[in-house]
Amino acid sequence: MTVATADTPAGHEGHHEHVHYTSTGLENRKIAIWALIGSECMLFASLISTYLIYKGRSKVGPFPHEWSCKTSNVVGKTAELVAGCAPADVLKPILDIPVTSQSTFVLLMSSLAMVLALAAVENKGHPLPTGAGWWDRCLASSKFWLMATAVMGVAFIGYQSYEFTSFVHEGLTIKTNLFGSSFFTLTGFHGAHVSVGVLWLLTLFAIDVKRGLKGKNDVLLVDICALYWHFVDVVWIAIFTLIYLIQ
Amino acid sequence: MSDHNAAAHDHVEHPTWKQYKWVGFWLLVITAIEVWVYYTPFKDSKLFAPTLLLMSAVKFAVVVFYYMHLKYDHPLFKRLFAMGLGIAICTMFALLFLFGALKIGG
Repeated sequence: MTVATADTPAGHEGHHEHVHYTSTGLENRKIAIWALIGSECMLFASLISTYLIYKGRSKVGPFPHEWSCKTSNVVGKTAELVAGCAPADVLKPILDIPVTSQSTFVLLMSSLAMVLALAAVENKGHPLPTGAGWWDRCLASSKFWLMATAVMGVAFIGYQSYEFTSFVHEGLTIKTNLFGSSFFTLTGFHGAHVSVGVLWLLTLFAIDVKRGLKGKNDVLLVDICALYWHFVDVVWIAIFTLIYLIQ
Repeated sequence: MSDHNAAAHDHVEHPTWKQYKWVGFWLLVITAIEVWVYYTPFKDSKLFAPTLLLMSAVKFAVVVFYYMHLKYDHPLFKRLFAMGLGIAICTMFALLFLFGALKIGG
């Protein structure tokens, strides 16, 4: 592929532009991130398939949506079905929908913050309208939105850590049963992706604080990070429905 | 690289703040409906799973087309993503059939 470097546009003196276009007129790194996202789809599809295949094949509890009895191995959709079991041996459905719903809301809102961060970097240098209030200044601040996205990412990881910890306290580890193995692998991989995204966002924030994000190359840097972040979000949209809500 | 190509790359339209806000709002509304439906008797209906999958697919498409700008970006990006997603979905169905998690004709 032919590669060329874009010239420094007017108004961005002192900050060398280094945008590599291919013969398609598209930037190398943007093609690469879309190719990565395409391949990541396959990774998560395999992990989700594994979870769905193992679903309902666990021999012992705890189970995602069902009540069960440790001693008799009775499994039921309602608490009444394990009424004969000693209270200490009753295992509740382990998935906590209210907590996971909150973390889903947080991740969806982080995607909104991410697009606003990108818009702020793209519009840098445009003067604010006369009489602009604090909200207009917020909207124009890439630092604010990058940090907001990172904070929401950290909050999501916090929710996931809480969920994992409570599962372990309730007796579900990665070794307990097939549900535990596939669940922790799938959501753990997703959590690792969120963590990478948070580190990426904090790096961009640090660059923004140090020298300011401006110009085509920096827009591209934020755009690539945004694509990755939104991908992590869409994967969670699928996980939330397939793993948490559908029984 | 021709100037034409670079120009084509540089003039990609993106949604406005108001559009982003509405997209975020509808994502929240759909998620709220999904969670609400989970706590209703509709959960035991045969239509529960297809309904949730449909809502999830809408959310997925909205994020991909508006937040990831696939609606506005170059067709090559669409193809790259569609190829990965298509293979992923086919792999998923193949595995589910292979291991008996999905069966044709019940």
